[in-house]
Parts: sequence; C-alpha cells; structure tokens
Amino acid sequence: MTTTTITATRGTRTLDASAVAARTTPRPSARETLVQTMAMAWRALEKMRRKPEQFFDVLIQPLLFTAMFAFIFGGAISGSVANYLPVLIPGILAQTALTVCMATGVQLREDMDKGVFDRFKSLPMARIAPLAGPMVADLLRYGIASVLTLLTGLAIGYRPGGGVLGCVAGIALTVAAGWSLAWIFTWLGTLARSAQAVQGFSMAIMFPLTFLSNAFVPAETLPGWLQAFVTVNPVSHVVSAVRALFNTGTVTADVGWALAGCAVVIAIFAPIAVRSYSRKM
Amino acid sequence: MTELSAVRAEGLIKEFGDFRAVDGIDLEVRQGEIFGVLGPNGAGKTTTLRMLATLLPIDGGRAEIFGVDVRREPHRVRQLLGVTGQYASVDEDLTGRENLWLFARLQGLSSARAKAIAGELLERFGLAEAADRPLAKFSGGMRRRLDLATSLITRPPLIFLDEPTTGLDPRTRGQMWDVIRELVADGSTILLTTQYLDEADQLADRVAVIDRGRKVAEDTPDALKTQVGESTLQLALESDADVALAAGVVRRLLGEDPVLSPEAGRMNVPLPDPNRAADILIGLREAGVGISSMSVAKPTLDEVFLALTGHGTDDAPRTEAA
Repeated sequence: MTTTTITATRGTRTLDASAVAARTTPRPSARETLVQTMAMAWRALEKMRRKPEQFFDVLIQPLLFTAMFAFIFGGAISGSVANYLPVLIPGILAQTALTVCMATGVQLREDMDKGVFDRFKSLPMARIAPLAGPMVADLLRYGIASVLTLLTGLAIGYRPGGGVLGCVAGIALTVAAGWSLAWIFTWLGTLARSAQAVQGFSMAIMFPLTFLSNAFVPAETLPGWLQAFVTVNPVSHVVSAVRALFNTGTVTADVGWALAGCAVVIAIFAPIAVRSYSRKM
Repeated sequence: MTELSAVRAEGLIKEFGDFRAVDGIDLEVRQGEIFGVLGPNGAGKTTTLRMLATLLPIDGGRAEIFGVDVRREPHRVRQLLGVTGQYASVDEDLTGRENLWLFARLQGLSSARAKAIAGELLERFGLAEAADRPLAKFSGGMRRRLDLATSLITRPPLIFLDEPTTGLDPRTRGQMWDVIRELVADGSTILLTTQYLDEADQLADRVAVIDRGRKVAEDTPDALKTQVGESTLQLALESDADVALAAGVVRRLLGEDPVLSPEAGRMNVPLPDPNRAADILIGLREAGVGISSMSVAKPTLDEVFLALTGHGTDDAPRTEAA
C-alpha cells in the first residue's frame, strides 16, 4: 500500500491491521494537541450559543454587583460613590472573573458525567484537550464580564484616569488572571464526585479569595493578621495592578507579581488537573 | 506463520473494592472474526471491554491489541480501536453532522475532509435527512446508528460493540446486524458483548460465555447450543396427574428426562432436533395424555447458563459495575 493516511484507504476491501498498527504514534504531537484543543473550544462555543442561559452569571453579576456595591458601600468606605468607584471597579472585576472561573469547574464536572466523555477518553487525543478547550471558549465569558463591569461603572459615573489604553490593559490582565485561576477549579472539577460538590468547594475558595483581599476595602483598615493574608493573596496583586492601570495608566510592580502568581498557578494546577482527569473512570 | 491476534488478553482482573468484577479472563480474538462475549447483566462483560479499550485501568493480567500492550501504550491502542458503548456516547447538544465533524477533527482530519466523511457516514447510516436536527429529536435506533458511525470515522481495524442492540426494536436490531456484517466484510474485526444468545448466534463466529467475572465456556455458537439442545418443546398438560406418564413417554422416546416447571402440569423438553417434537406429540397422544398448549422455542440464554453453570442468570448480581 502506498497511501499514508488512514482515510485514503476507505473503500478498499481489505484493511491491513498490521500496517495501521505500525503507523500509530506513542503520544499526541503538539500540533495535534492544539487542533484537538481548538475543536473542543468550538464544541464549548456551540454549547454557549445554544444555551445562552449560561451567560446569566456574566451578565447579571457585573450589572447588579457593581451598582449595588457602589451605592451601598460608597459613602461608608470612601465618603461618596464617585470616590469609591476607582477602588470598587477593579475589585468587582476580579470578583466577576473568579465567578466565571467557578462556573468553569462546575460545567466541566457536569459535562464529564455525560456519555460523550467516554468517547473522548477512548479516542487517541491529548488528555489536556477536553480541559483546555472549554477554557479557551471561556475567554469569551471573561471578556464579556469584564467589559460589562467597566461599562456599568462608566454609566454610574466612573471616569478612569488611565484612558482607553489603561482600561484595555487592565481588562487583559483580569482575563489572564481569571483564566489562570480557572485551572484550580478545573482541577476541582476533575476531582469532585458531583457538580454540587464542585460548586461547594469553589464557593469555599472564591469567597475568602475575593473578600479577604483589597478588592472592596483598603487593606489598611483591616486587623494586622488579616492584612498579612491580604498582602499575599494573589487576588490583591491583580486588583492593585488593575487599579493602577485603570486609574493612572501606570504599570506597577503588582503587574509582575500578578503575572508570576498566574504562572505558578498554571504550572501547579494544569498538570495535576490533567493527571486527575486521566485517572478518572 | 501465525497471524497477529486482534485481541489477546491473559488473566484479566478488575476489582471494585472487595468485589472482583473480572476474575482472570483470557480472550483471544483473531483478525477478521466477530467474537461475542455473552453473559447476563453484571457478569463483567462491559468491564472487560472497558479495560481493553483503555477506559478502565487493568488491575491484573495483561492485554494486547494487535500486539500493542494496552497498559503500557494506551495512546497507540486508542488509534486501533473504535468503541461503541451501551449508552450512546455522542454529544446530545450537537447535531448528528456536528458530532461527526467534531470527532473527525479530534482524530486529525482536516476540516474539509471531516465534512466530507460526516456526509458519507450520515448517508451510509440513513441519517442524512436528520443530519442537522438536534440529537434530542433522535430515536434510540438513530442515536445508536450515529454512535456506531462515529466509531468508524477513521476506519479502525478493531471495533468494540457493547450490547449494540439492547433496547432496540426488532427492525432496528436487524439493520444493526446488517451494518455489523458489512464491517466484517470490509476487513474489520469485531468484539461484541450481548445478553442475547440469538444475537451471538446470528453474528458471532466464536462466543465466550462469561459468568461472575469468569469465562465458563468458549466455542462456536452451534457447539454451545448443542450442549443444551437445538430447541425446547414447551408443554402444558390438560391434567396435572398426567405429568409422570408424559415424562415416561419423553424418556422412552429421547432417552432423557424433561425439565419439569414449577407451575403444575408444565414441562420443557430439550430437543436435539426440532423435528423430534412431532414424535413426542404423537407419543403423548398414543399414551392418552391431553395437551392444553405447546410451543417449540430456541434455547434461551437462561437455559445455556443453566447447562453451563448449574445456575440461572437471575442468581448473578443485577447491576453491571462501572
């Protein structure tokens, strides 16, 4: 046989198993992994298109929380709503990104319970593709949530000093941070027994991460022991970095810390998520 | 020169906690044959198949697919296999066409090639009309056909079919059988599990009977059936009092005792040849035994089981693990 691809032999009467066996590869190549990840991203986008209710969280939270927090806490924390907005908007942005992360884990768990995952597992595909694919599609959700939060802020009087460039950079950093942290929730998704369990674990991680940070209140007002946690919380670095980008258009050292934190999270959680997924079932 | 076996498994073991779902099963499937794994629910058929398909870790023993070690080189093994599960493993949220396109892409076909193959397979499996409808509107048979089509995208040399016709109506079952025969004619090797002796009989070249995680028999369907008789004559007598008399007639004509049913006045007579049924009926009339109903049936899996294991299929654990 002179043909080299499996499909080219379709239609011939004989199927030479030894030849097919000889053509197999021991592991997926980087190119195959990329193609498979993008195919899985396409699948996730199709699902989003068909079930727009999935966008509920990324639409409601930015609108509701931004307005609610601004008018409730504005006077108490910063003296006025207008003074609070430069503090609040980056904080809300971080919180919204984390909520989207949480949904990533829950949806993965729900998805993995379906019969179709049996097929994904039985195919010669990279084990990271079913995890990374939906996360690529989720970039859209992070984008929508971030832009919507900023727009809501603008509507109620926020005027970022960093200008368009500062805002674009701030949103890009938020999306990057959210995407990196999502690996933690993806790992939880591969680990937990049910979607409800993922939801529960995720809440237990998300609330301390957002509220025990400088997202909504200045860290100086907190007791010392709490300040210690707040300063090491990666969310604080993201929030500080985004604040500087939004409000003054400056790139601070926090950007570096935030990105380093993201890299560490990916380096730890992406491999253990893939391993946990491969072992499941 | 001996040809490479499609499947060679030795002493396969799978444990779920204290429960041994698969307890030392050996299998050898030759290239180009249909090999049936027959057994009741919970016998360990699906678990065995899932281990061979790299979907479950192998706890003991070893397995090779076309000479490739399943445990050591799962990625290679996955390139040689198509798996169609008991429950259709297709994406419920996509259309049939989208499913085929996605799985073709995942297996390295270009987008254009994936589209072409999706079209071909939809046509071949009679799904062209429904191709762009969401799967929620598919019938069970259509789903099963799409599932099988999905397994054939790269034309794998070995195809695993896990209870391919369970829950299908007789017409769809017949269509499924035709498709399976075509695949073998095209040069594929097939390993299928089934609960139906009839299905194994129709399709399989050789059959392994699995009970409680162990292989209790392996032979051609014909040889298995002769162990329990070609068919069974089921009789209901007009009067319960005639049972002993009727049993005597059967013993005299066939040299074997009939199996008495728990219900009064009923008995099953294993027949070496269905034509002997007439002899029995004539013998009973001559002896003056009245019959209220009779039928000739092929042996059921239950009877094969009883013959091979000494217990019926009902005694086995009900739920198929994993």
